Amino acid sequence: MEYNIEDVDAIINQWGPTPASLLQIMLDINHRYHYLPRESMQRVSERLKMPISQVYGVANFFKVFSLTPRGRYVMHVCTGTACHVKGGPKIIERLQSELNLMPGETSEDLMFTLETVNCVGACAAAPVVVVGETTYSEVTPSKVTSVVKALKEEV
Amino acid sequence: MRLNSVRDLEVLREQINEKRKSIRKRIRICGGPGCHSGGGAHLREAFQKLLDDKGVSQEYQVVETGCHGFCARGPIVVIEPANIFYERVKDDRVPEIFEKTVLGDELVDDLLYVFPETGEKIVRERDIPFYAGQERIIFNDTGLNWSTEIDDYISRGGYSALAKVLAGMKPLEVIEEVKLSGLRGRGGGGFPAGVKWESCSKAHGDIKYVICNADEGDPGAYMDRALLEGNPHQVIEGMIIGAYAIGAKEGYIYCRYEYPVAVKNGLRALEQAKNYGLLGENILGTPFGVDIFITRGAGAFVCGESTALMASLEGKIGEPRGKHIHTVEKGLWHRPSNLNNVETWASVPQIINNGGKWFASIGTERSKGTKIFSVVGKINNPGLVEVAMGTPLRKIVYDIGGGIPGGKAFKAVQTGGPSGGCVPESLIDLAVDFEKLKQAGSMMGSGGMIILDEDTCMVDVARYFLTFLVQESCGKCVPCRVGVKRMYEIVDRMCSGLAVPSDIDELERLGSTMQEAALCGLGKSAPNPVLSTLQYFRHEYEAHVNDKCCPAKVCKPLIHYEIDTEKCTGCGVCRRKCPESAIIGEKRECHCIDDELCVRCGICIESCKFGAIFIE
Repeated sequence: MEYNIEDVDAIINQWGPTPASLLQIMLDINHRYHYLPRESMQRVSERLKMPISQVYGVANFFKVFSLTPRGRYVMHVCTGTACHVKGGPKIIERLQSELNLMPGETSEDLMFTLETVNCVGACAAAPVVVVGETTYSEVTPSKVTSVVKALKEEV
Repeated sequence: MRLNSVRDLEVLREQINEKRKSIRKRIRICGGPGCHSGGGAHLREAFQKLLDDKGVSQEYQVVETGCHGFCARGPIVVIEPANIFYERVKDDRVPEIFEKTVLGDELVDDLLYVFPETGEKIVRERDIPFYAGQERIIFNDTGLNWSTEIDDYISRGGYSALAKVLAGMKPLEVIEEVKLSGLRGRGGGGFPAGVKWESCSKAHGDIKYVICNADEGDPGAYMDRALLEGNPHQVIEGMIIGAYAIGAKEGYIYCRYEYPVAVKNGLRALEQAKNYGLLGENILGTPFGVDIFITRGAGAFVCGESTALMASLEGKIGEPRGKHIHTVEKGLWHRPSNLNNVETWASVPQIINNGGKWFASIGTERSKGTKIFSVVGKINNPGLVEVAMGTPLRKIVYDIGGGIPGGKAFKAVQTGGPSGGCVPESLIDLAVDFEKLKQAGSMMGSGGMIILDEDTCMVDVARYFLTFLVQESCGKCVPCRVGVKRMYEIVDRMCSGLAVPSDIDELERLGSTMQEAALCGLGKSAPNPVLSTLQYFRHEYEAHVNDKCCPAKVCKPLIHYEIDTEKCTGCGVCRRKCPESAIIGEKRECHCIDDELCVRCGICIESCKFGAIFIE
């Protein structure tokens, strides 16, 4: 999605241009573009009358935010304790080799991003992988291989 | 419609219940995280379509509820009024259930729960041993509740505690009741909630806040998610009562970004409560008013700490501060703020309705009431379990949890997340409450119980938590920022076979320094996963350090893959699948693995039909 100043302004207006809204505004921008475009950070800093250093401070502190564009499919591998003891590390390894990415990296064609998340709260279904709104439960290395294959074919 | 008095609420309740009488059967679909991801996402639509097609949606109702807790058997469908329990329901079984059990009165035999020990089929939900062994109070309604409808909550007596408070209790009386109940904070610290409320109510300042901590960062625990998603009004009602007692006009629910459904259902619930006049100005026609908002977190574990959470609410970096001044005096925007966890708030309506004395009659001497545990990991019945404080661990693991899968031996249970520790098999009869867990070197935390079996390496578990803490340490104080990093390096060396004998002592020294010197509660408790595993599983550490071996066969640099010459048929499947070409052998002759090339990915074990590959 192309950066658009009106969209960012609409998000800011929805929450109100006050420092207390900073996190909520940034979450919405991050959700819209899958990352925080540099221009949007400048806009937020202007409208909220906050130093840009403070805006970047918050952007760097929280794990959800990304300062670089991310893939169409963000593969969130849960690394919660239940997932860990039930074979989560093997899922990450398999995805690393399937996608040729390390956690946190995005493929050059902007198709896939591999991310880890510290527990998504679906611990009884461990290990889990979340892609968009879909949660894959009780995954195995071979199951994630087929998930990746299906996503590649979807394109 | 706005409710202008307590009487209005009662009239509404009667109206809702009257309307209910025309409904012959209700189909409850579990919308909890386990059932939803396990294939239950479309069950409600499928039933609704059949109801509409047959034109019987006036007589039969299908509702999506919160989590039932029995996630092991999801997706779950329960048919009222007989409460017939169907497990592992897939979309293609919907027409059959609809014909037989909804329209007719027959059972679909193969979807019933089978008790593994006797092979007996159980029809009714509450007869299943998983439920029968529990004492469900706070978590009782979540599986019954139509999670997106306030009327459903009201029909079961919802907001009657608020009505009772507003109709005739003074704020101080509410606080006394909560103090009498002995309710302690369910988020980890276990501080008495009534005492906290009292301090906040006495604190100077016109503007005060109530805050609900729904930043459930403890990995392996999801009861707060289940409560907020499944029964948001129970939490909101508790907060409104708290606000009344303390004198707060504004409240915030700080919910994890990772729980989008909890945010969505929470927002919807707030809007519904506002429409009924249960939030906002002049609640139920009284002079009292409070407004509550939901704020999303952004993926920082440390924001579960109260001062960090408040900093984040203010739009700042979520770093904690020293607590020489308590947040009940100077919290959010330097004003008196009372923060409690989701489960704590959700306990309040019950305490008001049934009395503090009733709540205090459950549990142990110093830990009152019940606690919801998320019993997950290597267990037959993973899910959410509510038991009275003081219930023996054995009952939770074996009677309710159904024991360890695959006939493996129980090794330990990890409680309290990255701030807690491991309780070993020798303490299986421990009566679980705040004190006993602390004595055992662990802690209650928010109630995560990760069951570990003999295949789990305790050093690897310690390394797992240190990896987590290295990522999540906010970096404000040196003992935590540098301490966990150094501890991680040492434990990682152990798992790689590079440790030196002095490393174990070094770990203990670092751990005790951090306990003394770190700034916030999370930093002070960060060494616990290491120290408690060292206490009970020192021999495993010593095996890693001195013998360079991993007894549980988990740590990759310390294990080898080998092929059983008796079992290998030389079929060549593993040779073709190995991504590193580390397996060699002629067709129909026994293969072998080149240890230098092998990366221990496990693909060969997965693909071997003869079980010929093993770990040494």
